[in-house]
Amino acid sequence: MRSRIAVCLGLPALAALLISTVPAVAQNSNESGKKYSPPRMPDGHPDLQGTYDLATITPVERAQGTPLVLTKEQALKQETQRAGQRERADAPLDANRSAPPKGGDGSVGAAGNVGGYNYGWLDPGSTFTVVNGEKRASLIVDPADGRVPPMTDEARKRTRAFNARPTSDAQESSDPGLERAPGAYDDPERRPLGERCMLGFGSTSGPPALPDYFYNNLHQIVQTPDSILILTEMVHDARTVRMNAQHLPKSFRLWLGDSVGHWEGDTLVVDTTNFTDKTRFRGSTEDLHVIERFTRVDDKSLLYQFTIDDPATWTKPWTGEYTWPATNQHIYEYACHEANYALTDILKGARLREKEQAGRATK
Amino acid sequence: MLIKKVVFMGGALAAAAILALAQTPAYRAPRLPDGKPDLNGIWQTMNEANYDLEGHTARAAMALRPGPYGPVPAAPVLALGAVGAVPPSMGVVEGGEIPYKPEALAQKKDNQEHWLDRDPEIKCYLPGVPRATYMPQPFRIFENATQIFINYQFAGAVRNIYMKDPGPAPVDSWMGQSVGHWEGDTLVVDVTGFNDSTWFDRAGDYHTDALHVVERYTRTSPDVISYEATITDPNVFTRPWKISMPLYRRQEKNEQLLEFKCTEFVEELMYGQWRKNPLPR
Repeated sequence: MRSRIAVCLGLPALAALLISTVPAVAQNSNESGKKYSPPRMPDGHPDLQGTYDLATITPVERAQGTPLVLTKEQALKQETQRAGQRERADAPLDANRSAPPKGGDGSVGAAGNVGGYNYGWLDPGSTFTVVNGEKRASLIVDPADGRVPPMTDEARKRTRAFNARPTSDAQESSDPGLERAPGAYDDPERRPLGERCMLGFGSTSGPPALPDYFYNNLHQIVQTPDSILILTEMVHDARTVRMNAQHLPKSFRLWLGDSVGHWEGDTLVVDTTNFTDKTRFRGSTEDLHVIERFTRVDDKSLLYQFTIDDPATWTKPWTGEYTWPATNQHIYEYACHEANYALTDILKGARLREKEQAGRATK
Repeated sequence: MLIKKVVFMGGALAAAAILALAQTPAYRAPRLPDGKPDLNGIWQTMNEANYDLEGHTARAAMALRPGPYGPVPAAPVLALGAVGAVPPSMGVVEGGEIPYKPEALAQKKDNQEHWLDRDPEIKCYLPGVPRATYMPQPFRIFENATQIFINYQFAGAVRNIYMKDPGPAPVDSWMGQSVGHWEGDTLVVDVTGFNDSTWFDRAGDYHTDALHVVERYTRTSPDVISYEATITDPNVFTRPWKISMPLYRRQEKNEQLLEFKCTEFVEELMYGQWRKNPLPR
């Protein structure tokens, strides 16, 4: 009798547990449909540790009216195209080529203008992310159209006013856009956060941790029962997730926000608030709230899901997901600020240009 | 005779007691499930090593200039008053002095005179090893059966301690490449692959890219790790030398590492002169 009561009580509890362990969007199961049993830490929680390569060609948003899932043929075609582009870009340069045209070749982006990087330095990914065995066309799964929801009127007004202020998601190649903004070269604070070595570009550190579509996409997770470290290769940004802890008082503002975590079944749920008003992920306010879910889906990958909420910025919350494949590559030191001669030269160059323009004006 | 015997026995007992005292069983640290000592937590030194590893009396400032009756604080740090003074210390160098080669000692003195221009700490550069350990800010050790990782609050510096040697470091770096192993209950970390750009302290103590550091972390009580670092650099020193100091566990209930992204704090220093409208200096 006693044991039957326990069973009775146990079932709803077990059901609740099962429901709570199923990630909001993707199912935590492998292609054969069997529930995967992850390796575990001594405390019984899944072992999420490892080094992961977040590079993928799946963009955050996808084209309007296109489906989330690519057919195998569509994916293969685009992946092959990318591989070809890469091969051509990687080819040795003609040693007898002439100098680039004055002022650059007219193209935009880091490799445009007068040339920033040889392609060999870049690692923008070569394949679409695979979730539940599906090749995905966007990270965003909610809203269902795979687009970031519209900004609120308030946010539109705000971002117009601060049009040229850096954001944590800005890409390396967004520089030419900033160049056109008035005052973009007046002060270091106006330069992109990646250029200042404040944060990696492309929201690589996040949260949310996004592929930066350029290079340096490695992340490392080190797990202890009360603290979990998430290291981002770029700018060696290390975020500590304090388990089962309270958020810092609201007066504490951090570039990476304040992350606290808990386990929901076999999923690590990380809740981040307390951002600075300078982080500005996609133009958000300091009240940005990010919920991340880390689930080991097989021995070689984690499913990473993120929900973004900031009612002062977007009309509704939005959610994305992608797979973090494990890699045996090593993370080397990304000492950005220590060799940031560029920021001096960028500002100095702007002052020099002003001087030249003033000289021309007086002639 | 009897008395003599008692005295003799007493002597033996006393000797045994002394022996027992000397051989008090070593502190046994709490263990991780794999049996290794648990070094997890937030730790910090409590000393003046970052000012000057060697023993020293107090000085008026880190940057000095000749005054009419002896050195006085140099103009750029004058406004700091007592806040900018160097607190005294018995020093953390075993044997007292760093064994510089004569020409290297001259370089160290030159560094000290040009402290404001040269100390990488001022520009928020990664502190290197062992300096990261005794920066006056906490750090967190993450440890489990397969990984050991140290996250320093200063400049958000990080060190992954490889527990399996990946081979020689392919590139030099500010924090070096760390390879760890256990010798009994001591974590020994062998650090190589340094560049020549970090210093050991604010007194101009320096090294070249031939630097090799061997660190030893041993828990000696519930809230103390005994830390030693043996420093070798044949370009600068006549022999290897050693520093040692306790690392203390931060006791505050709500203690945690916070952000110290000093890159932002030094922008005015490093780039302020290139603003469109520079602030008056």
